[in-house]
Amino acid sequence: MIRMTLALMIAALPAVADEIWVSNEKDDTVSVIDIETLEVIQTYPTGERPRGITFSKDFSRLYICASDSDTVQVMDPNTGEILFDLPSGEDPEQFVLHPDDRHLYIANEDDAITTVVDTETRKVVAQIDVGIEPEGMAVSPDGKIAITTSETTNMAHWIDTSTQELFANTLVDSRPRHAEFAKDGTELWVSSEIGGTITVFNVADQSEIAKIDFNVTGVHPDRVQPVGFEFTNGDTYAFVALGPSNHVAVVNAQTYEVEDYVLVGRRVWHMDFNADKSQLFTTNGVSGDVTVIDVASRKPIKTIKVGRFPWGAAFRPTD
Amino acid sequence: MRLIWAVLAVWAIFGFAHADVRLDMTYLLVEQPQPPTLSGLDPLPDTLGIDGAHAGLQDNITTGRFLGHNYGLDVVRVPVGGDAVAAAQAVLGTTQIVVMDAPADILLQIADLPDARGAVLLNVAAEDVALRAENCRANILHTVPSVAMRTDALAQFFVKKRWDDLVMIVGEHPGDVAYADAMLRSLQKFGLKLSGQKTWAFDADMRRNAAQEVPLFTQDFGDYNALIVADELGDFGRYIIYNTWQARPVVGSEGLTAVTWSPVVEQWGAAQLQSRFTDEFRRSMAQKDYAAWAAVRAVGEAVTRTNSNDPATLRSYMLSDQFELAGFKGRPLTFRTWNGQLRQPIPLVHPRALVAQAPLEGFLHQRTELDTLGLDQPESNCTEFAQ
Repeated sequence: MIRMTLALMIAALPAVADEIWVSNEKDDTVSVIDIETLEVIQTYPTGERPRGITFSKDFSRLYICASDSDTVQVMDPNTGEILFDLPSGEDPEQFVLHPDDRHLYIANEDDAITTVVDTETRKVVAQIDVGIEPEGMAVSPDGKIAITTSETTNMAHWIDTSTQELFANTLVDSRPRHAEFAKDGTELWVSSEIGGTITVFNVADQSEIAKIDFNVTGVHPDRVQPVGFEFTNGDTYAFVALGPSNHVAVVNAQTYEVEDYVLVGRRVWHMDFNADKSQLFTTNGVSGDVTVIDVASRKPIKTIKVGRFPWGAAFRPTD
Repeated sequence: MRLIWAVLAVWAIFGFAHADVRLDMTYLLVEQPQPPTLSGLDPLPDTLGIDGAHAGLQDNITTGRFLGHNYGLDVVRVPVGGDAVAAAQAVLGTTQIVVMDAPADILLQIADLPDARGAVLLNVAAEDVALRAENCRANILHTVPSVAMRTDALAQFFVKKRWDDLVMIVGEHPGDVAYADAMLRSLQKFGLKLSGQKTWAFDADMRRNAAQEVPLFTQDFGDYNALIVADELGDFGRYIIYNTWQARPVVGSEGLTAVTWSPVVEQWGAAQLQSRFTDEFRRSMAQKDYAAWAAVRAVGEAVTRTNSNDPATLRSYMLSDQFELAGFKGRPLTFRTWNGQLRQPIPLVHPRALVAQAPLEGFLHQRTELDTLGLDQPESNCTEFAQ
């Protein structure tokens, strides 16, 4: 009895350790991983086909792209309760929260549109025509430029956030999936899944600075497919998910050379770091798990089973 | 800062205006008489293939919008018994890039026209192996897989499952015979044995008596691992399943099939292409639609990357190392430089799900595993592409 009460008390206590939240595309849930114990401590139901997830700046809200429900859901991460739905346009896949903590830039995969939503008024502010199957989304640190990459048009579309209009379109290799600004917004990195490359742009004039190739021993280049990626502290290194090659590449962001490949689960998609960026959590779509990588040693240290087809990952501090 | 934006905007607009390129294509459909089949369950859409080409056109237009590239697509139908060569002659007078939905003999007649010498003909219908070998033409690129690519895909699956004792029922239509020939070649290539073969020559209505006829018909095959059905028209094959004497899987044209495309393909972003297609055309995307989509997209991709509408420039780009098409099959699609065949994975499906996608794991090749499907360079005696 005492043991049971104790267990209940522990369960009722607010979590103390930081967390990684993972969306499970084919389970319609999000899994919450405790970073101390590296175990799943909660699974909350969501709308249909959750993919992109991100927290508000104060981590009081989780935004979820519920793609097949055609909405962005807003969840209270303390309770798992869906507070309300935001209009999102059809089939929201990925999004990015503007530095103003208020506007979401959402890629509508089926509609060739980027939708801008005001999370306070809960209204659509703008819809911008982009290429086919928009997916990757990024906003510059100063908030002036938003990027949408379109998978079938094979472009990065550059949006002026003051006018919500395109001011440039740059071709990249086939099936661009993910975009991130780096080095205080001076560089834009775009991964191309089928092209097997990352293109690095100089943001000032949208010119191409570098193209990064990957070569995993024993895996045919066709199956080395860069998708999600994140930068370590100081943007020194980029960790790049290579999809069905089941590896994450470690790219030196100064030389644009690949230094290492880390073996993870099957069809690795996206990732996020813990607070001090000493650990990286990758979502592995086909194997239905998350690999924890020790960033310093570049070694996988644990695999955590989550739901079916984990897709997005987002860090949440709890102190 | 504002000034910089203004400058960029002007540059962008100027850049667009500067790159104006227009590319017009024609979809030439040479209609074929449809032989009768036992079942009337699956009527063929009138716009099979044509809708796929329009889906590709839409994709090209959306992309072209950002680059100052425009695309057009005409559809020309030659009715059964019409003069296909004359129609092609007229088409080639206006555009040199033609999606060809025609049988092999007519395709070759058109390809050999003097006006077609510098043209790019994209074959979306003829699966004949000879078109990738001794009857190849430098002005024909194939986005439809050869029948050998499809039978090789199934043979790889047999190897993986260790189904090495196979039997086959072959229909009497030339397409069935061609399929059976390709299958025999695939079985030999992958070291598999065919222990029995029968011709389906029934004229009974199988909807009524399949349960009586098929067990007897298959009884003298004895035991085997799987039954291959060569019935490319969809005539009798559907009545074989669950009616065989031995309880064995049915594969080939029926049951587990190797296809260019199927509504059950949803991985690798395919769900997006499927839903775009279904929304627009109110039906699911068929094999010929995919081949036509890939043909139009391949040309569009070449226009995007070369900024040109010149057929020779586009052809040489499509056959170069730089070309790659994201075709929702999990790998970049490229053209074989020795016979103009689009390399592509082949889904193995049943009506409700994807079972596997060839090339299967473990079938290795020094260039790309995709070349384990269909005619590899040493197997193809095509010399037209050598120049």
